[in-house]
Amino acid sequence: MIPEIGYGALIVTLVLAGWGSAAAAIGARQGRAALIESAQHAAVGVFVLVTACFALLVYAFLAFDFSLEYVASNTNLGTPFYYRITGVWGALEGSIILWTWMLALYTLLLILRHRENARDLYPWALSAMLGVIAFFVLVMTVPAPPFARLSPVPADGRGLNPLLEDTGMITHPVALYLGFTGFTVPFAFAIAALATGRLGDAWITLTRRWTIVAWYFLSLGLLIGGWWSYHVLGWGGYWAWDPVENAAFMPWLTGTAFLHSVMIQERRRMLKLWNVALVVLTFALTLFGTFLTRSGVIASVHAFTQGTIGAFFLGFLALVVLVAFTLLAARWDRLKAQGTVDSVISRESAFLLNNVLLVAAAFTVFFGTVFPLLSEAVRGVKVSVGAPFFNQVNVPLFLALVFLMGVGPLIAWRRASMENLTRNFLWPVLTGIAAAAIVWLLGVRSALAALALALTAFVTATVVLDLVRATRARRRMGESLLPALGGLVLRHNRRYGGFLVHLGVLVILVGVTGSHAWSVQTETTLQRGESAELAGYRFRFDGLAGSEESNHFKVSGTFTVTNGTATPIVLRPAKKFYPRDSAPIAYVDYRLGLKEDVYLVLGDFARDGSHATVKAQVNRLVSWIWIGGLVLTLGTLLAILPERRSGR
Amino acid sequence: MTRAWRWLIPLSAVPVIALLAYGFRVNPRDIPSPLVGRPAAEFTLATFSGEPLALESHRGKVVVLNFWASWCYPACYEEAPVLERNWRAYRDRGLVVIGVDIQDTAEAAQKFIRQFGLTFPNVRDVDGKVSIEYGIYGVPETFFLDRQGRIRAKHVGAVTDEVFRREVEPLLSEGASATTPTGASARPTGADS
Amino acid sequence: MTRLIVVAAWLVIASAQTSVGQQAVPINDREAYEIALQLRCVVCQNLSVADSPSEMAQQMRAIVRERLAMGERPEQVIQYFVDRYGEWILLAPRRRGFTLLVWLFPIVAVAVGLAVTGLVVARWRRRAEAQRRPADLTIDPAIRERIRRELEAEDG
Repeated sequence: MIPEIGYGALIVTLVLAGWGSAAAAIGARQGRAALIESAQHAAVGVFVLVTACFALLVYAFLAFDFSLEYVASNTNLGTPFYYRITGVWGALEGSIILWTWMLALYTLLLILRHRENARDLYPWALSAMLGVIAFFVLVMTVPAPPFARLSPVPADGRGLNPLLEDTGMITHPVALYLGFTGFTVPFAFAIAALATGRLGDAWITLTRRWTIVAWYFLSLGLLIGGWWSYHVLGWGGYWAWDPVENAAFMPWLTGTAFLHSVMIQERRRMLKLWNVALVVLTFALTLFGTFLTRSGVIASVHAFTQGTIGAFFLGFLALVVLVAFTLLAARWDRLKAQGTVDSVISRESAFLLNNVLLVAAAFTVFFGTVFPLLSEAVRGVKVSVGAPFFNQVNVPLFLALVFLMGVGPLIAWRRASMENLTRNFLWPVLTGIAAAAIVWLLGVRSALAALALALTAFVTATVVLDLVRATRARRRMGESLLPALGGLVLRHNRRYGGFLVHLGVLVILVGVTGSHAWSVQTETTLQRGESAELAGYRFRFDGLAGSEESNHFKVSGTFTVTNGTATPIVLRPAKKFYPRDSAPIAYVDYRLGLKEDVYLVLGDFARDGSHATVKAQVNRLVSWIWIGGLVLTLGTLLAILPERRSGR
Repeated sequence: MTRAWRWLIPLSAVPVIALLAYGFRVNPRDIPSPLVGRPAAEFTLATFSGEPLALESHRGKVVVLNFWASWCYPACYEEAPVLERNWRAYRDRGLVVIGVDIQDTAEAAQKFIRQFGLTFPNVRDVDGKVSIEYGIYGVPETFFLDRQGRIRAKHVGAVTDEVFRREVEPLLSEGASATTPTGASARPTGADS
Repeated sequence: MTRLIVVAAWLVIASAQTSVGQQAVPINDREAYEIALQLRCVVCQNLSVADSPSEMAQQMRAIVRERLAMGERPEQVIQYFVDRYGEWILLAPRRRGFTLLVWLFPIVAVAVGLAVTGLVVARWRRRAEAQRRPADLTIDPAIRERIRRELEAEDG
């Protein structure tokens, strides 16, 4: 019964979403409140129905209803409970339903928040949201049906992709999709602004928090993805510049650019056109990401199955881009901003440069990602564009961005005087130079690492200097230190939230720099009882053990790791043999540390346990990346707090 | 900026979309081999009974060099009967099928050979050197060598009767003594996959 | 059946160890690693030979070390793989011919971005100046003349 109920519910959802989208648009155009009301009801109905479909699918997973093809392909009787739930979005069809559910949720929140405070823009935004939902529901009814019936019903399913059996896989897609779908809201308001011609700051102000939330979840999704890659895939890294990682990174880059450029519009009424273009681009890139992962056009580790779905996504992508950019061109005259600036050395310029670099990075990543296609189309030759390329071309751009991260928040608007520059930047620059000198004296000979750390010190110093000055000013008014600091940060929560996010990015940068510059690794074959050494650690191979797990067979090696005087630790990297997969899955074991992680991957081994190959890595400062994620979270929370302007 | 310029904004998306659409026509997992048209690398590997088998010893015959593994399901299981059937059909005309088992265990591979009753020679590439020498990036992959020991075509994925006939017939009719044009006759692989 | 496949898989791995046992001495570890970073692991997607935990990558690393030990230069080792797999195996396309495009693109993107920004900022500055001047014009010419003369007097 489940297949029929689910399919039926999706059809009704499709009709409702389509009606709602049309009704909201017509209602807005003709000023008919009843139609808008009806669209609202449709949106609520869509949310209820998609929630029901989602719950139905979860139920089918928990109940092992193998009459659903999707359930049968992604779970089996041995799949542990939690992974039966995450299995729901472990593959194509379920990921679309999760995506759609989030869109419906955002739509509901949009109705609750903006029904009253944005009467002009709101119906159009609602129409755009429901239009996007209608597309995704259409995908679920035609090319990727989660409720497709399988007959005859098999006794057992195929099981989840073993790489997805990890807690990171519970949270990674959820966070990432919340980010991806979250950008639909600012996009919807941008479309509303284009449709109504109200291209002022209203839509920017309305969507500020939405954008931050979407941006935050996207960042979180990327970080959790990195963590998953680091501790599950067993290659010792967290970012491989895989096309799908790139697909998530590009909207992050343009979204970051958007977050910054809207500040210029809020403050100076400039860059209207650019902001609309950026948000359209960001949304288009989220669609491009789904297209990339689901079309099989570009080979990738994450690629879902192929099918007609790619054509659907490309068609929708084309529609969105062409419609939005045509509207943009049509509104060109109204969007032309009357910008003014007094000097090239000004905050406006710093923000523009920030945008140029972020968007250039996004285009570079895009071009690199699709370049294999271009090469094949033009010359018929297959090429790869991978990590060595992306690292080389992006590092200079990112370092320049970090520099601007220090400059942007403190340089004066309109025109920076010499006095403004020395006041804000003399000490930070000296700090940066001192940091470079110190790391050089400490024996760091990588110019890149030294530069990255010097820039980190520079930006940190700008933030500290700003805080110290502002706190001192409040203390002069009689406040004691902590209340002064607290009051300052809470009163100017946007500013200091932004600073905290910047600091989080810097902490991540330190982690990335450290792991690239100072990680060491070796690969050796050890007899039982034999030891190898790496960076002060001794690894002794103590033998192998096999165990039958609920859905796989696991062979783990035991390694005792000693480091000088510290108590020895035992690491058990393993290989997991899943019946449905030809190759075993590496199961990494590691000991995380603030300074370095010890990371072991089991290679080949003798069946009798007499010897085994192990890849040992000492990865430096990687934990800073995850800590940076926490700082970023705090910063985001601070930035979206309701503003308190009472004191001003 | 003149007013006409602005229409370039939506238009600029068109070539990008076209390129992505082109992507549907290509298979990212089908990589043409640069070895086609070149002499096949010599190798000597042990068969399952332990005797050495040199590729060179089959010079003068048309060689179908098939890389497989027992864990490669379903493609290798689909093509095994095809290889056996065609080897029986063409062996009298001067064709030999050589199976190279890679990344596998002797036990599992021998079970595979028994299961399909394979009678053509099979060798084991234990350290993967021959696989890499032939640019293997998955199983099954099959090379078609002419009587001069030159690689004339490569097929990725399970071999079918149709593929076998299409690749092998022209090579067989070239005759043992005739000198074949080199690279010129080499054709791209995987056109049918 | 499940059991059987599991055991079979176990055997796969077990048999492969013979190849690695010979590589006990790590020669040119850093150099070998740098080369392996440039090569695509052919059985995985988008991981380098250096990073991939797969067996094929392990065998390729062994070949890299072996060829280095034979005295080959890094370029020769890389060429060995390119000859067998094509340019596809290089994770960073070569900086010549058609693939030079992908390397030039970031430079062009930044250059165009900077040029456009430069033009925009220049226009904003001109507009800022233009807005200041009309303000001057509203002042009565007679008063302006007086200001001018007084300023000159001060300068002198």
